[in-house]
Amino acid sequence: MRVREGFHRELRKEPHEGLHSLTGAYALDALPPDEHGAVDAHLARCAPCRDEVAGFSATADRLAAAVRTPAPRGMRESVLHGIDSVRQIPPHVPATARPVTSIFSRIRRSGSLLVAASLVAGAALAGVAAWQYRQSTESQRQARQAARQLEDLTSVMSAPDARTVRGRTTNGASTAVVASRQLGRAVFVGTGLPRPAPGRTYQLWYDDQGTMHPAGLLEHDGAVAIEGDIGNATALGLTVEPDGGSSRPTTTPLMLLALPG
Amino acid sequence: MRRVACGDKEAFTALYDAVVDTVFGIVLKIVRDRAQSEEVAQEVMIDLWRRATRYDPGKGSVHAWATMLAHRRAVDRVRSAEAAAHRDHDHAVRDRQRPYDDVAERVESRLQSQQVRRCMKQLTDIQRQAVTLAYYQGLTYREVAQTLGTPLPTVKTRMRDGLIRLRDCMGVTA
Repeated sequence: MRVREGFHRELRKEPHEGLHSLTGAYALDALPPDEHGAVDAHLARCAPCRDEVAGFSATADRLAAAVRTPAPRGMRESVLHGIDSVRQIPPHVPATARPVTSIFSRIRRSGSLLVAASLVAGAALAGVAAWQYRQSTESQRQARQAARQLEDLTSVMSAPDARTVRGRTTNGASTAVVASRQLGRAVFVGTGLPRPAPGRTYQLWYDDQGTMHPAGLLEHDGAVAIEGDIGNATALGLTVEPDGGSSRPTTTPLMLLALPG
Repeated sequence: MRRVACGDKEAFTALYDAVVDTVFGIVLKIVRDRAQSEEVAQEVMIDLWRRATRYDPGKGSVHAWATMLAHRRAVDRVRSAEAAAHRDHDHAVRDRQRPYDDVAERVESRLQSQQVRRCMKQLTDIQRQAVTLAYYQGLTYREVAQTLGTPLPTVKTRMRDGLIRLRDCMGVTA
């Protein structure tokens, strides 16, 4: 009996020991892809192994620094220029969030721009919140802000009198506005908005009988809770303005969308 | 790094200046060809921008992260070039598996950092060879075992033991 117990203990121990001895090769990128995946999976479950790999990576970093070589001069400019057209990927969505595949299958099923946009926006905001939370205490404030924004979005979208209108901007983006007159709030959703030129930003406007009231800035696609109360506004406008926004529109609107009554 | 993740180009410029020489150095060490290395290093720097939001401070410094991306990409480049060459003739692999004395020794003599050189001396021969061939030549541990004529399990443990000694000698804290 004792022998058998010992045997089982060995069996349980063996795969761990085997993978554990690979932490060195892992940190040196010396594993073929299939074994790399197995160690990755093991690391997810083994905190001491993760610590060891972190220490090895820091060691490898010293090895790399020892062969430091001045980079070609022209590279700096082409990289700094190159990133202008490169979009940053969104932060990781935490494991508790809806898996990406189901988001996309829901998008396909519903075929609705709005559902798509709200799911993506929700996931992105949740991701931002979770990611920032892990940073310093300073950014916990930002995390709370993101969470509040998400709350704003959901409260408008789930309001019993919420109604949706759709439109298109002159620069080719699909847009939708969900408005709740009861709450006096609205949400703007943009898909396919080109990134504004450096020093420029998109600005939203509530159109109240020809008077434009600033309704918030946005930099890119996604869903935003529009700033301010709808009041008697009959339309929502979108313009390009200098960074920081303007007090009244300074360019021709890209979109003027009639709000639901 | 948080500013880079928020799309701050100025912050990225500072990051570029802080890591680019190490990135280029390690890529050049593995890829060897200067023009190709520039291409790979450029891809790495743009990737740093693209993935800035995925940087996890729990896994180490930004510098170490940049180095890791650079090393991985350089190794990928060399291995895929090799796989292509391997189909035609065995040339590339054989070229990289020159005897240890030829390659690794020369690499070590050129190491700029005194500390790394000093700590490397404290490793056993096999530990040093295993770490050097893997990290600076981009060989897999199987290739290292072949090159050194050492059994696979021995190479695995020597890599790990070698890194443990280097880590402790350099006083690295992750």
